[in-house]
Amino acid sequence: MKVLIPSALRSYTERSETEASGATLGAVLVDLDRQYSGIRFRMVDEQDRIRPHIRIFVNGEQIRDLAQPLRATDEVVIVQALSGG
Amino acid sequence: MAATSRKPAVRKQGPATRGRTSRSLPSRRVLVMAATRKGAWLYHSDAARKTWRSDGPHFLGHIINHLVLDPRDGRTLLAAAKTGHLGPTVFRSTDLGRNWKEAARPPAFAKAAEGEGRAVDHTFWLTPGHADERDVWYAGTSPQGLFRSEDGGVSWEPFSPINDDAQYRKWMGTVQDGTPDGPKLHSIIVDPRDPAHLYFAMSGGGVHESTDRGRTWTPLVKGLEVVEGFDPAEITVHDPHCVRLCPGNPDRLYQQNHCGIYRLDRPSDQWVRVGKAMPKRVGDVGFPMVVHPRDADTAWVFPMDGNTVWPRTSPEGTPAVYATRNGGRTWQRRDAGLPAQQAWWTVKRQAMTADTADPVGLYFGTTSGELWISRDEGQRWACMARHLPEIYAVEAAELA
Repeated sequence: MKVLIPSALRSYTERSETEASGATLGAVLVDLDRQYSGIRFRMVDEQDRIRPHIRIFVNGEQIRDLAQPLRATDEVVIVQALSGG
Repeated sequence: MAATSRKPAVRKQGPATRGRTSRSLPSRRVLVMAATRKGAWLYHSDAARKTWRSDGPHFLGHIINHLVLDPRDGRTLLAAAKTGHLGPTVFRSTDLGRNWKEAARPPAFAKAAEGEGRAVDHTFWLTPGHADERDVWYAGTSPQGLFRSEDGGVSWEPFSPINDDAQYRKWMGTVQDGTPDGPKLHSIIVDPRDPAHLYFAMSGGGVHESTDRGRTWTPLVKGLEVVEGFDPAEITVHDPHCVRLCPGNPDRLYQQNHCGIYRLDRPSDQWVRVGKAMPKRVGDVGFPMVVHPRDADTAWVFPMDGNTVWPRTSPEGTPAVYATRNGGRTWQRRDAGLPAQQAWWTVKRQAMTADTADPVGLYFGTTSGELWISRDEGQRWACMARHLPEIYAVEAAELA
């Protein structure tokens, strides 16, 4: 599925859009990390919590549960939270 | 940022100091590493430490809490990094910052049961291992955690039982017991005579010692004072700001604490408050503690205002370094070249250091982004860089 990458993480992907696969949001992030080593830990901590200033939207809806099922046609958008003013 | 390669813009800077001539000059160049809230800068000196070549920014926009050169090879750098949005990591360079590669496994706590686990907010402190343990590094984090790498900083594992020990978790306290930037484990010290003999400190949570390579630890807080109204028997309330071991005598340690300046001569376990000899109007509150590379009777501090609501700025707006040449029995003010008034500086615990040249060079960075040098052990100071972001840490090393 298509995954949109925020500017803060493009040092890993070197592009704003990439492809990843998985049956859940967590699996998609693992697949991203397989392709771009280290990217997952910058978004998800060691207790499998999405970090405070990262937002992930699937088809426009914000998702915080890594177990959320996904379909191959879904679009995942990773966003830097509007924090700090 | 799995791997980066960059050719930094390099510009010459003018003479860093003027006037007094050094008695003898170092034979090797000095590298000064400035870690800031918005990136890192490297400064390469000539052999006289008179002119400096600036190399940076590295990691512009990243919060760099510590940047350290491996003294065992003289070319490997480790940088503790995070950003406002992204989680913490460690970057590693094996060519003095020309290229950087991210750690494959940065410091991270063990996975715990749902709702019980801690997450590393940032790696705060990096310490190279013993000279005989070539690829060993230690890291201290916020919240307090102790980590070790055995492959030069590529992969990190929780080290020793303290991260998950119930007693230590109690001593670590809560976020409210830590610094405004979060509770921190810092001042990781390896005895140069024995890689199994280790120290670390926590803000808050006291000073701790291990003689069995980190398997067991013992608090080392006797003689340390605590904030009025608290019980010094309670480890949680001890707030060591910076602890240093003297390379010239590894049985001697100095400490800048929230409640004064202390010296400890092993095997005694009783800290002595040598800061009581500081001028009363200046006090003995501060953050950094710097020791001489060869003379254990010599040390330097940078006092800050710990009165009323704790401004944490230079007392009366007149910054000064204070030096002792006799183990803390007396202290001398060293402010030649520093602003005489209206300079409300803060120097963080990692932001003051010494090189190993003769005479010793001293360096400190301010939270207002100025980097200062003394080429003569504090006798005279000069600004070597300004307009940097808030400086978190300054390290210096002689290069071959």
